[in-house]
Amino acid sequence: MIKTDVLVIGAGPVGLFTVHQLGIIGLKAEVVDNLDKVGGQCIELYPDKPIYDIPAIPECTGKSLTKNLLTQIKPFKTNFHLNERVQEISKEENNWKIKTNKNKIFIAPNIIIAGGVGSFEPRKFSVKGAETFENKGIFYSVKDKNFFKSKKVCIFGGGDSALDWAIELSKFAEITIVHRRNEFRGAEHSAEIARKLEKEGKIKIKTPFQIQSIEGQDKINSIIIKKEDGKAEEIKTDFVLGFFGLLMKLGPIVEWGLNLDKKTIPVDTENFQTNKKGIFAIGDICTYPGKLKLILSGFHEGALAARACFKLARPNEKYRFEFTTTSKNIQDKLGVKTID
Amino acid sequence: MAKITYIEHNKKSHDIEVSNGLTVMEGAVQNNIPDIDADCGGSCACATCHVYVDEKWFDKLPNKESAEEDMLDMAYEPNKFSRLSCQLTVSDALDGLVVKMPLKQG
Repeated sequence: MIKTDVLVIGAGPVGLFTVHQLGIIGLKAEVVDNLDKVGGQCIELYPDKPIYDIPAIPECTGKSLTKNLLTQIKPFKTNFHLNERVQEISKEENNWKIKTNKNKIFIAPNIIIAGGVGSFEPRKFSVKGAETFENKGIFYSVKDKNFFKSKKVCIFGGGDSALDWAIELSKFAEITIVHRRNEFRGAEHSAEIARKLEKEGKIKIKTPFQIQSIEGQDKINSIIIKKEDGKAEEIKTDFVLGFFGLLMKLGPIVEWGLNLDKKTIPVDTENFQTNKKGIFAIGDICTYPGKLKLILSGFHEGALAARACFKLARPNEKYRFEFTTTSKNIQDKLGVKTID
Repeated sequence: MAKITYIEHNKKSHDIEVSNGLTVMEGAVQNNIPDIDADCGGSCACATCHVYVDEKWFDKLPNKESAEEDMLDMAYEPNKFSRLSCQLTVSDALDGLVVKMPLKQG
């Protein structure tokens, strides 16, 4: 069990900056994120796309923004719980008890949801039977590559994950890549290697094909793939891997009794509290009249939510507003040398 | 201004007047048309505003940029008439456009 002042859900830019705002007023935060890395959408969806509207930073990328935010919160030595999703919450006296899908338990008077558009989940096959075979014959990630040794494996997708795994597994498994169009969107270099392996007879590439059905009872025997003109082919296979990128899902948050407006959480703009005391929502996931889904708006929302958290985390102390330029107190927390 | 017809997967049809300069996605979202999610808010990063453009209209639209084609790889059951509606900017030339929504977005 981990006791903290604030549990932050979401390690995107807004969650990260909020850790800073909490840190300078002396509140300790723990951060949970379902992705395997820090940065949220900035890292997962557009790591290299330039961003032009962060105040005072004329141009940066999702990657560099994340890196700088991490540098900015370094003094607070925050714990990140990655690959973990918050599952359930319950009220325990003046605290929230928060349980993750890995059965980790946090006790905190405040929860700040900076969850973007929800947690990232792999996009899955939609054909009949795909669910039944999931984790038996169909996988959306590779945990142990040796599992596929000397097996027939069909890999769906045209991005880096599909190409990289096809190349890697082709060393000891029979690989067929299936993709909906002739072009791959993965790195050009990887696509070239895949084409070369195809010429050498080490990989089969089937384009432009999409899945039509999965055949088999207890295990997969084969799959049928089809072209847009209806032409179909059967491929004998033991396993199917799907790499269609990630989808954002609100997930268990919908069951916490929070007011919802479509996929967003309405908040009070004075403190970004939801309809539940001690639960705040900031960034893309919150909504209020005039809401803009901008990173800079999320930073503001986090700053206000952090101050509101102080009242619940330190009920007997009085919060004093201070500037980083002049506050000895804040500068000590940041570990910076002060100029007299 | 252009009249755009959005047809839900269940065939329910909505005729909406959309101002020039907005995207086909924004026209749907601002008018509460179901079946277009637009999770990323229109930055061509999520493929949840996927539509099938009416056959007669498909060739009249500006060509896809490679980023849109890449994202369509992730859409639910894309076909040759698939577009991401956040990448279609409304103008008078699109008056009468018909788009159909897929069974689901992702």
